[in-house]
Amino acid sequence: MADVNRGNRPLSPHLSVYKPQLTSITSILTRITGNAMLLAALMIVWWFLALAAGPEAYASASWWITSFIGDLIMLGSVWALWYHYLAGLRHLYWDTGRGLDIETAEKLGKGVIIGSFVLTLLTIIVV
Amino acid sequence: MNFRTDRQRVEGLGSAKTGTDHHWKMTLTSVGLAILVPLFIFTFGATLGSDYETALAVYSRPFPALVAILTLTVGWMHFKGGVQILIEDYTHGGTRTALIIATTCLSYAAAAAGIFAIVSIAL
Repeated sequence: MADVNRGNRPLSPHLSVYKPQLTSITSILTRITGNAMLLAALMIVWWFLALAAGPEAYASASWWITSFIGDLIMLGSVWALWYHYLAGLRHLYWDTGRGLDIETAEKLGKGVIIGSFVLTLLTIIVV
Repeated sequence: MNFRTDRQRVEGLGSAKTGTDHHWKMTLTSVGLAILVPLFIFTFGATLGSDYETALAVYSRPFPALVAILTLTVGWMHFKGGVQILIEDYTHGGTRTALIIATTCLSYAAAAAGIFAIVSIAL
């Protein structure tokens, strides 16, 4: 019989049973920051289309993107970008088979969080 | 009574599909973006908020235009792959298929629109 115990097997515990840890928080933040950048990416494409379309279109796109809400989205996205950038570098390092022990992973996680804020501050100063 | 065989039940559920190719493409685009993103942030960021003539002058130059074209192309392809994983993790069946089609179309459309705009500015 092929399906004697089908649908009656124990399930492995899922996310909700674990207490949040640095490794899990930095992991989910990588996903959130990566996908949240959709908004800023669309605004950047809009900016380029407006610049190509002419002065009036550019003026309105530029006004929206540098408005209070636009600035807030852009500032958040700069942080998201640097966070995702550093987390991505961490993934590339992990892919070589190194840094996978808990101590190193947590150390790298702290580096990603601190580094993202430092790079955001640097971007605000330079740009 | 279920007449499906064990093999029939598990076929297609394993990991041996296109995951390796997907992972490699994410790795490849991430390395590209590791180089492009800093270049883009500091050329685009410095231009954002400037007047029409200045912005036009910046993106008429080859370096800022090429950095922007490459960043948008590689960036949107990286998004296409990343958001597909997000969709596959949280949705199933028809919703999953529809969302993957929609985000794939959006990624190509946004990349194409960006490239078209930059090319028409630069030329």
